[in-house]
Amino acid sequence: MISATRTDDTPTSTQAAFTASELLTVVSCRLLQGKRRVFAGIGLPTLAVALAQKSSSPDIEQVYESGVCGAHPPRLPETIADASLATGAEAILTMPVLFGYVLQGGWIDVGFLGAAQIDRFGSLNTSVIGPWEEPIVRLPGSGGAVEVMSNSHEVFVVLRRHNLTSFVNELDFCTSPSLRAARLAAPKVPTQGLGVSTVITDLGVLTADDTGELCLSSVHEGVTVEQVQAATGWPLKLMEQITVTAAPTAEELRLLREDIDPTRVYLR
Amino acid sequence: MTSKEASLHDAIAEFVADGDVVALEGFTHLIPFAAGHEIIRQRKRDLTLVRMTPDIIADQLVGAGCVSKLIFAFMGNSSVGSLYAVRRAIEAGSGSPIEIEEYSHYGLLARYQAGASGIPFMPIRSYAGSALADINPNIQKIASPFDDESEIYVVPPLNPDVAIIHAQRADRSGNIQSWGILGPQQEVAFAARKTIAIVEEIVDDDVIRSDPNRTIVPGFVVDAVVETKYGAHPSFAQGYYDRDNDFYRSWSAISRDPEKLKQWIQEWIHDTEEHAGYLEKLGEGYFEPLTPTPHMSTPVNYGSVR
Repeated sequence: MISATRTDDTPTSTQAAFTASELLTVVSCRLLQGKRRVFAGIGLPTLAVALAQKSSSPDIEQVYESGVCGAHPPRLPETIADASLATGAEAILTMPVLFGYVLQGGWIDVGFLGAAQIDRFGSLNTSVIGPWEEPIVRLPGSGGAVEVMSNSHEVFVVLRRHNLTSFVNELDFCTSPSLRAARLAAPKVPTQGLGVSTVITDLGVLTADDTGELCLSSVHEGVTVEQVQAATGWPLKLMEQITVTAAPTAEELRLLREDIDPTRVYLR
Repeated sequence: MTSKEASLHDAIAEFVADGDVVALEGFTHLIPFAAGHEIIRQRKRDLTLVRMTPDIIADQLVGAGCVSKLIFAFMGNSSVGSLYAVRRAIEAGSGSPIEIEEYSHYGLLARYQAGASGIPFMPIRSYAGSALADINPNIQKIASPFDDESEIYVVPPLNPDVAIIHAQRADRSGNIQSWGILGPQQEVAFAARKTIAIVEEIVDDDVIRSDPNRTIVPGFVVDAVVETKYGAHPSFAQGYYDRDNDFYRSWSAISRDPEKLKQWIQEWIHDTEEHAGYLEKLGEGYFEPLTPTPHMSTPVNYGSVR
């Protein structure tokens, strides 16, 4: 619930209302508590890291795929390779260093990924809808997603729409495999990290159990468990205890709206 | 050293032939747009375009009919749109005018590294369980020669016929200096048989030699160095001009409609004479709002013999 600790009354932060993007950002931010190094692209994950830096985790660091570490941009960047990310950054690494030493070297605690489709164990499709040879929709492809999945200690997936189109029993194409899929396909290839540990959606949060299966662990206020199950393309298991997601606090919303993304570049 | 300075027209005419494997690199930063436009202007055909992140320049080259094959890892127009010419081609399926060969970022980068190093393959910790290994025969699994237990995926070398990169500055011998986000420019320049470097400015040898660590590609790797101011527009050159985000946002509306795309290519590329004509068409003062405030690095002391 919204805390009533604020004394001044900016209309947006005294109202209990918040947008879906704000909720996803705040939930992601809270899950970053205790993590040190986060690999994230532009969008909600950037906001989540920025919010964590200003609240619970001042020491958390974001690494960009462009090689930028310790960015101090004066304004929110539009792309992962924006000029404002480079100016005043603590380091800009070359690509072999970023992929070879930082990712493969095991330096990333949490990697953020998005996807068009996700399956029960967290394998992701960012390549095609339909068959690869004759796609109905050609999507961007892997980029560095395969590397982030294979090398981060764990992966958070943020999906703005939890529905049967995205949460599927079988992917059209497995771009970035879950740990389970990787081990099944190539048992002798060494793996590191857990794969997808957490999925944050507009309906709730899924968390991987010991076998790597994504289970419902929290629903957002006003959402029922049945609703999430109906929007998931496999028989969704439930964690023993399902909580109701705590709503963003007034302070979290103030930081997001006034400090971090005042022009609402990503808080759409 | 002898000068490798060339005009953009001559460098493309001399080093890019129909049927070539051409790598245009730059990771959002320093994308060699002016060179891509010149390839379109000279109506090169049947090219294999290699680019880790095909973006608007790939859409333009495919839309102009220059490309018969695309080797890539991520195609898109950042978060503001799609590459409709490329998608139209691929989504045509068996009737597609272009062939594609697909990797992850590190997979394609590792191909450049293997190519630059002259080794038969490069191992990376990716691809176990990925369908990319099913659709791309260049992604193979091998056993470790050092133990019986482990296997790893490898990719073969890639040696493009020509690499085209953009940088902030160079001397006349082609010593290329760059700063900011570096992308795979160094790797692709060493991997390619020929390298064309486009730079914002050609400077005196003394400037380059005042900071040799800034040189990412030595002159002996470079075949032609071309001074083309604003040659990375609409992408950016750190310290010179910022990304033209309005252009990126406007691209979807152009690219979505094949007729509009054709008109755009005619108007902005074929009807403009080299890059100077393109800049003239953009108009005087266009880059004023895109010019950043200077933010100088502190010089380092290399010292000198007493």
